[in-house]
Amino acid sequence: MTTFVATLLLTIACKGKPVQGTETVPDQRENIEKTRTMATDGQQDAQSEMVLKHYFKLKDALVATDNDKAKSAGAELAGVLRSFDTSSFSEDGQNEMGDILTNATEHAEHIAKSDIDHQRAHFKNLSKDIIDMVAITGTNAPLYEQYCPMYDSNEGGIWLSMDEDIRNPYFGNRMLKCGKVQRKIM
Amino acid sequence: MQKKVKPLLAALLAVFVAIQFFPIEMNVSVAVPITDFTKVNNVPTAIANRLRTSCYDCHSNDTKYPWYGQIQPVAWYMERHIRSGKKALNFSDWGNLSKRRKHSKLSAIIEQMEEGKMPLAGYRYIHGKASLNEESKAMTIDFMRHLINEQDSKKLNQFVYDSLALYIE
Repeated sequence: MTTFVATLLLTIACKGKPVQGTETVPDQRENIEKTRTMATDGQQDAQSEMVLKHYFKLKDALVATDNDKAKSAGAELAGVLRSFDTSSFSEDGQNEMGDILTNATEHAEHIAKSDIDHQRAHFKNLSKDIIDMVAITGTNAPLYEQYCPMYDSNEGGIWLSMDEDIRNPYFGNRMLKCGKVQRKIM
Repeated sequence: MQKKVKPLLAALLAVFVAIQFFPIEMNVSVAVPITDFTKVNNVPTAIANRLRTSCYDCHSNDTKYPWYGQIQPVAWYMERHIRSGKKALNFSDWGNLSKRRKHSKLSAIIEQMEEGKMPLAGYRYIHGKASLNEESKAMTIDFMRHLINEQDSKKLNQFVYDSLALYIE
């Protein structure tokens, strides 16, 4: 018994000193200054179009109140956002895009594993991020920023659509056509 | 039966001793950084204390370890929780977050608290003081809501507040 206790005490005594608290290290992004060639613009376009494609898939799933479809759409969107390469943007663009992508990815990841109500809550913030992304990357086709004032205890909810027609992702069939176009993005 | 127990115990003891030699990083800071949530946000003392008690062990750079916190495998278990906790939300690092990130984190805090998902049940079981009663919960959530609104509305309010604070000092 004493051997046991002695062993125990000796092993605890062998611990090192506490070290300074670890902090998460932000991604070190190399500032690669590239001249803006058609290929570079093309790459930015292709990536943002890919993001939008998956965002719309998610939006449609929420309009249909399809939790499972929204989960897989969220997961796919998260994947696209994670692999987004911002090295061809300007320094400011990279910083801003980095912020947007980190945030949007987190929301997409949560959507991939949440119930429908949580998916919609995250979709609200995700939509703001995607709208901000489009402000930087631009869009090939016109987009419509749409708004439903009743969502989230009348705080309102925003989303992007390829069509002018309102199909509400926050309420689905319960209030399918509730909302209005706030802005057209060219 | 007796003859089999002794070597088994000896083996367990050997494993137990062996795992104590695996290094663990202690999540401890000496000073509260200026980026800390409570310093960036003019947090009322009662709420700051509540966050410290219920949240900071996993969601900051300064965990208050129990006496058994350095014994394996408890240390591993805690380290895993602290690592994932800090990855999700780190109050010590709050000042470094962009406005966008702060908004998302505040939404998440409110959601997790409203649904009783945080603090974790297991943590509350061991740390009775970490549990929030209805009043404490409501107060903390209200404060987080206030922060979101403050952040979202024009910065004028904050400017006025800061100016007054300077004047009063």
